[in-house]
Amino acid sequence: MSGKSFFVDLTKCTACRGCQVACKQWKKLPGEKTVNTGSHQNPPDLSDITLRVVRFSEKEMEGKMHWFFLPDQCRHCVDAPCKSGASLPDSIIVDPDTGAVVYNEKTAKEDAATIRSSCPYDIPRVNKKTKVISKCDMCNDRVKAGKLPACVQSCPTGTMNFGDRDAMLSLAKKGLEAAKKKYPNAQLVDEESVRVIFLTQDKPALYAKTLMADASSTLGPRGYTRQELFAGLMKPVRNILG
Amino acid sequence: MTNHWIDLKNSDCILIMGSNAAENHPISFKWVTKAQEKGAVVIHVDPRFTRTSAKSDIYAPLRSGSDIAFLGGMINYILENDLIFKEYVVNYTNASFIVGDKYDFKDGMFSGFNAETGKYDKSAWAFALDAGGVPQRDNTLANPRCVYQLMKKHYSRYTLKAAVDMCGTPEAKLLEVYKAVAATGKPDKAATSMYAMGWTQHTVGVQNIRAMSLIQLLLGNMGVAGGGINALRGESNVQGSTDQALLFHIIPGYMPTPSTGQPTLDDYLKLVKPVSKDPKSMNWKKNYGKYAVSLLKSFYKNAEPAQAYDWMPKLEVGQNASWLVLFDKMLQGQFKGFFAWGMNPAVSGANSNKTREAMTKLDWMVNVNIYDNETGSFWQGPGMNPKKIKTEVFMLPCAVSTEKEGSISNSGRWMQWRYQGPKPLGESRPDGEIIYELAQKVRELYKKEGGAFPEPVLNLNWEDMGNGHEFDVHKTAKLINGYYLKDVSVKQPDGSMKVFKAGTQVAAFPALMDDGSTCSGNWIYCGSYVGPDPKDNRAAKRSKEQTPAQAAIGLFPNWSWSWPVNRRIIYNRASVDQAGNPYAPQKPVLAWNAAGKKWDIDVVDGGGNPGTVHPFIMQVHGMGALFGPGLNDGPFPEYYEPLDCPVSSHPFSKVLHNPTALTFKGEKRAVCDPRFPFVCTTYRVTEHWQTGLQTRWQPWLLEAEPQMFCEMSEELAALRGIKNGEKVWLENERGKLWAKAIVTKRFKPFVVQGNIVHEVGIPWHFGWRFPKDGGDAANLLTPSVGDPNTGIPETKAFMVNVRKA
Repeated sequence: MSGKSFFVDLTKCTACRGCQVACKQWKKLPGEKTVNTGSHQNPPDLSDITLRVVRFSEKEMEGKMHWFFLPDQCRHCVDAPCKSGASLPDSIIVDPDTGAVVYNEKTAKEDAATIRSSCPYDIPRVNKKTKVISKCDMCNDRVKAGKLPACVQSCPTGTMNFGDRDAMLSLAKKGLEAAKKKYPNAQLVDEESVRVIFLTQDKPALYAKTLMADASSTLGPRGYTRQELFAGLMKPVRNILG
Repeated sequence: MTNHWIDLKNSDCILIMGSNAAENHPISFKWVTKAQEKGAVVIHVDPRFTRTSAKSDIYAPLRSGSDIAFLGGMINYILENDLIFKEYVVNYTNASFIVGDKYDFKDGMFSGFNAETGKYDKSAWAFALDAGGVPQRDNTLANPRCVYQLMKKHYSRYTLKAAVDMCGTPEAKLLEVYKAVAATGKPDKAATSMYAMGWTQHTVGVQNIRAMSLIQLLLGNMGVAGGGINALRGESNVQGSTDQALLFHIIPGYMPTPSTGQPTLDDYLKLVKPVSKDPKSMNWKKNYGKYAVSLLKSFYKNAEPAQAYDWMPKLEVGQNASWLVLFDKMLQGQFKGFFAWGMNPAVSGANSNKTREAMTKLDWMVNVNIYDNETGSFWQGPGMNPKKIKTEVFMLPCAVSTEKEGSISNSGRWMQWRYQGPKPLGESRPDGEIIYELAQKVRELYKKEGGAFPEPVLNLNWEDMGNGHEFDVHKTAKLINGYYLKDVSVKQPDGSMKVFKAGTQVAAFPALMDDGSTCSGNWIYCGSYVGPDPKDNRAAKRSKEQTPAQAAIGLFPNWSWSWPVNRRIIYNRASVDQAGNPYAPQKPVLAWNAAGKKWDIDVVDGGGNPGTVHPFIMQVHGMGALFGPGLNDGPFPEYYEPLDCPVSSHPFSKVLHNPTALTFKGEKRAVCDPRFPFVCTTYRVTEHWQTGLQTRWQPWLLEAEPQMFCEMSEELAALRGIKNGEKVWLENERGKLWAKAIVTKRFKPFVVQGNIVHEVGIPWHFGWRFPKDGGDAANLLTPSVGDPNTGIPETKAFMVNVRKA
């Protein structure tokens, strides 16, 4: 399999939010009017103008404090369920060179709720007025110009990595090996299905319930589990609806 | 920093204490992470579990203000278990020095205290000298009056129990930290220390850092790769600002400010040039005369040095002109005017209500900044009646750092040249231009109208900083480096003579002279700009060229330029033994090249053959100062509570507070005051910078941290009926402030002397000016009390009440 991928080593993420800001800067997206809700996670969630958000999760386990950080973004699935969930063939495009899953002006014609619920990671967000659906596009413009995605460029600790998929998969395996020494529960998340491969230091659910497309969660439409969404089960639904 | 950012990766143990490096120095974690990958232990000691703690191998909580109990306990642990690097301690520190008879320590007080003045007579702490004037030594460290034995006795009171009692750190955690740090007492291991305002902003701020310095000297961790005492500067050019003496007590290059106690240049030179009779002590400060005279010549290049010295402004003997004192005097109406230049004291100064009130006593204020702020608009701030305020405020818009050319000096002492990016917006101008034009106008007025004592103003050397109309940053950088004012012949090592023509840039500070034939605006920067062209500006160097040995320790000698003389790790002489062999052969900082009779890798401290020079060349006696007779509050760090505190006693002595702390009459303090039962500390967040002037107006940063918050434990929230995200009031005798509650497991109550002590924390980046729903300054609550050496305010530990709004 060719194309590009990210390797995101969460054992190294300090939640500095450089990536969150760099994303907005490159995409020229406005800031949101927020308030402090008793958390440092802000904006509190993804939105049509916040395409990546660093999620903060505090867990106390066996008397030891942990603070898990997840820079959340579109995973650019290898076989994207959102594309399967779309009604138009070209409203969601997969770039043949990079593998980036890219939304465009036609995506506005899709039913936003269907697109969002077809995502195993609950990523797409709609602008209620324009109906335009937004998410990360892998900085496809930068990547095609030979640059790193803005988020990767800004990362100080080596958490965010980007490159050819084979290289990222091998980096991910090396990263996992190293992490296991310190964190026995470390794992790679859905590495075969996605182009944004997260390495966690503990169970993915500790970071956020949407970090992994796990079999037990039923966020998908009509009771499909998020894992089943990957199995292309949306396709017949789309055919029936279509 | 004694070392530099990249060098963090060479460490075996990184103690982050008094700092939240992952959040406030995010790039530092590039190197911390690299060290960790190689097996280093990362430790975070902090009242609150932060993003730094989340990445650390060991997190140990401690109550704000109790650091010396923690560190004193570590010193005791190291000494009691004999974990010191003995060869290093004997040869490179003053452990073996015999202290004079007048020194004593009893129940929290050192000898020499004058109760009337509240000051120590430091001569009581002098070393005992032999007939030749060299400190007497006992290299067996057995003499009961040697520094080692006095130190051992001093810290014997710092038991585990006492530390646990005051810090509230669980004993097992304390021991875990002590063991991890002390394990680097082996010759080839190093621990490093990363600290910031969490150590400095206390009435024992300097002694907090001294305590860690003692540990690093005992373990042989100074001067080595991955070691040192590393101050993480809170602003990109704070290192540069202190180097250039943006402080009252020093002039450029860390020389003392002249006072009326030294009416003539000769008096001043006697003060600044210490004498050592030890032939192995470089006693580098003996050269201060050359640097002082060269500095005077940079100010007044056409005047005789003695005349130039007369024109220098002088402090009154004993005068303290630090921040808190200035605002106290301002409140008393002792200033007519005030330049708030690139600062926002209405938010950044301790005790904001006092600071803001003081500004009402001014006739005028000039606010030089990129935006209007709480300082320029103080007259329309909360509680102010503009009709009753006479102060006239002038706003001068200045350029942002990226809009101008010049240098910044980072924490690692790298002087880095930066080029102009975008042009300044509108009529905003670089600070240098504003200062330059202001000076020209003042001179014109003096020329026209005369005035009192015009010579110092009219004779100042402005031509080397501009063309008479415009400021020139390259000319200024060349003046800071220095140049020959006369033709000078210098004997070369081969015996020949070399002539340096007048106007030639000086190559390095050893060439500076005290006869007026050289000038240098700052001796430590001499060597930074060594020729007439911009290509001679070493701060602009961007080459990654290095030797394999340099690559092994991440040393890039051709990338920017570091003071002094491009030395990247200072005191590096202590990284090798008396024969010149590196203690850590796997990561040497120096290597003696016997064939070439020179030192390789880093620029050596001191020079000469191995074993011929004591390594700590800036100390009179050349030794690391375990016993430091120079500070105002004692030669050894001693435990005192913050001036606002939740206890009435501590186990170390009967003296509750630092007896020499900077205080002001009439200001109330909370000691075990039931009205203000909670410890409060202040800190920063990644997303905002300083007073938030630049970042609160930046929507991507503001959305991430939009409002003043108060972090507290679940236990305290339950006690006060506060829910997460609710608005709360914080208050004490000085002020009142609202914040959004962040109720978190990351803050835990402390057990101090058997009692539960709660602590809360607030960031200091917010101010009433913008955003309107953002909250006001944390400093409304902080006390105007300060460290006796620096005057830095105690804004990291004070008492408050917290209640639901």
